[in-house]
Amino acid sequence: MIVAVLSGKGGTGKTLVSVNLASVVEGDSIYVDCDVEEPNGHLYFRTEESDKNVETISRLYPVVDSSKCLLSQNKDACAKCVDFCRFNALARVGERVQVFDQVCHSCGGCYIVCPARAITEEARPIGHVYDYKVGNTRVLSGQMQTKQAFGIPIIAKILEMAKGSTLPTIIDCPPGSACTVMESIKDADFCIVVAEPSVFGAHNMKMVVQLLRLFEKPFAAILNKYVEGAENPSETLCEEENIEVLHRIPFDVQIAHYHSEARIAAEEEDRFKEMFESILKRITRRFGGEM
Amino acid sequence: MKKLLILSGKGGTGKTTLAGAFVRLGRVGAFADCDVDAPNLHLLYLDLPTPKTSDYYGMGVPEIDTSICNGCGICEAHCRFHAIEVQKGYAYCDSFACEGCGLCEYVCPQHAIKMKPNVAGRTMLFTSTKENVFGMEGEISNSNSNDAIIIMDNPVERSRVVFSSAELKMGSGTSGKLVSEVKKNLNDSADEKETLAIIDGSPGIGCPVIASITGMDMVLIVAEPSISGISDMQRLVDTAAFFGVRIAICVNKADTNPQRTEDVRIFADSHNIPFLACIPYDENVLVATNSGKSIVDLGGLAADAIKTIFSQVKEYVFMER
Amino acid sequence: MIIAIPINDNSDNTTICPSFGRSPYYFVFNTETKAKEYMVNSAAQSAGGAGIAAAQLLVDRGVNVVIAPRSGQNAADVLLGSGIEIYRSVGDNLKANIEAYQNGLLNKLSDIHPGFHGHGG
Repeated sequence: MIVAVLSGKGGTGKTLVSVNLASVVEGDSIYVDCDVEEPNGHLYFRTEESDKNVETISRLYPVVDSSKCLLSQNKDACAKCVDFCRFNALARVGERVQVFDQVCHSCGGCYIVCPARAITEEARPIGHVYDYKVGNTRVLSGQMQTKQAFGIPIIAKILEMAKGSTLPTIIDCPPGSACTVMESIKDADFCIVVAEPSVFGAHNMKMVVQLLRLFEKPFAAILNKYVEGAENPSETLCEEENIEVLHRIPFDVQIAHYHSEARIAAEEEDRFKEMFESILKRITRRFGGEM
Repeated sequence: MKKLLILSGKGGTGKTTLAGAFVRLGRVGAFADCDVDAPNLHLLYLDLPTPKTSDYYGMGVPEIDTSICNGCGICEAHCRFHAIEVQKGYAYCDSFACEGCGLCEYVCPQHAIKMKPNVAGRTMLFTSTKENVFGMEGEISNSNSNDAIIIMDNPVERSRVVFSSAELKMGSGTSGKLVSEVKKNLNDSADEKETLAIIDGSPGIGCPVIASITGMDMVLIVAEPSISGISDMQRLVDTAAFFGVRIAICVNKADTNPQRTEDVRIFADSHNIPFLACIPYDENVLVATNSGKSIVDLGGLAADAIKTIFSQVKEYVFMER
Repeated sequence: MIIAIPINDNSDNTTICPSFGRSPYYFVFNTETKAKEYMVNSAAQSAGGAGIAAAQLLVDRGVNVVIAPRSGQNAADVLLGSGIEIYRSVGDNLKANIEAYQNGLLNKLSDIHPGFHGHGG
């Protein structure tokens, strides 16, 4: 069973819920950190770097053979690749074509449109994925190279690595409702939206809920930083939109402290362990699957 | 007009709360929300005028003429994003997976595919002649703390207040372009007399953040005192430093982890970055936000700290280089 | 000698635009013929890679010198690679910068920022 944990905005407790759920699974589990722009999961599941299996993720980039390029004969001869590229990843610089890797989307178009067959493709790294085990939890995470704007191939890779397994899997999604989130929830059997009790939280939760409904994913909410009796726009939204509330995690200084120290609350105190176990039980029951 | 950008490496650190408070404190007549993925600043204002909107076009998407398409599958074979697939004899495009490269259009032997502009969102410009629409009128709450400084020193005789924002359609990725448009709308429509603009940035270190940094006079980083918050903040400082923009750091909810707050201070000191006042955790922040008020109108410890930070920020942003 | 400067409006009273790639217009000025033009920057509409496409426009226009407050690495690669010199503007006054350039008072742009890497998907 695959459970994806989402939130409309950062800081709502998405990682808190993800790492704790992964930790309380009885037996082996998989924790997948899809937030490849700002991966934090590895801070909670710590191990020696040397114990991590690291794989480099590459993408194909065009390489132009200037001697074959028609521009080498006449600087106005051809600009087919430059004109084709909608990402502006190629430019005509003097008598040659220059490729800008960071804006290239690897669509392969320039390679196809080149009349002189001067373009070939070469794989080059865009980030890394890590695969390691801490206790019973297998951790899969990825990291983009700084300022690389394309996280999708890295997310796709770590999800693919998780796919081969039948173990209970918790996916820690990127915040928001952009394309990286869609990629992350693709294979999820069940989704959890973590929301905090502010109008900001409710607004962003609404957007995530729209996305989940569009993709027809079964989901429920967890209300984090919950204060009994206080106004809670996210809770109101759940009532209005008929969203099942799986659990209300009370605002608790201690849980916040553990989390800020990158410690897993469920492993620190029994009361937190019991809370996340009961959440997990509810998910299992809700889904009817095995966890 | 000096431009102050508020950023945080990770989300949920209180960036928008600070932006709203600064607008209120400085009676700032020009401000923007560059967090186009999840815009929130507008939620602070309950009575906004109807915005002037403009469609934002992302990359194009293929439109397939099924009267011409013969389902040969050449497009499918070429698409690296698995966005086009032959179903029931025709090519079908999954617009969420499509990156808009246009290769399907190029390779289609039937010329059945045309790339069409795709509305991916819209910019919104709220303009009002009335400052109270943005909660800027009236006295600011003076709480019991004595070191709080009220900074209402530049009552601009302005013709209008402008608030520039944008929203994206679900599943659309952000781009530097949309952020640039939000900034441009702000620039173009702000009253000439404005001296300071406040820009709420987006979380992360990706392209929208980089796009929002250009043209700024100063970046205020709101950090969170946690191990993950610090790791995100460091990456953000790396990015901002590239642009040679003046940086300052403050910590929100500082008292929730004094040791990590100290770590942030040490980091700031060692990088020669001004470390401004610390904002304590204060329930009033949530109460204010949920009732459509600025925290400085409600007062309290967080409000006092934010007032101090704003006076510090003003000193830096107007300082000659 | 043809100079290009990113500007905010297509009028004489315009100011220099802080963004190179996404400026709406370029002021293109021929120092010999004194011919001037407000060239529309069609690259500003790109979802990504605006700097590269804008630089390409100027290369294709036959520009020799660009005066701008800043430039991204990618745009600079295209400009410098095509033999175009980039000078750093001072303040946002268009006329003053052209004069300053002609009097040899502008410095070459040395610190080039790493760019936007826009993603339109």
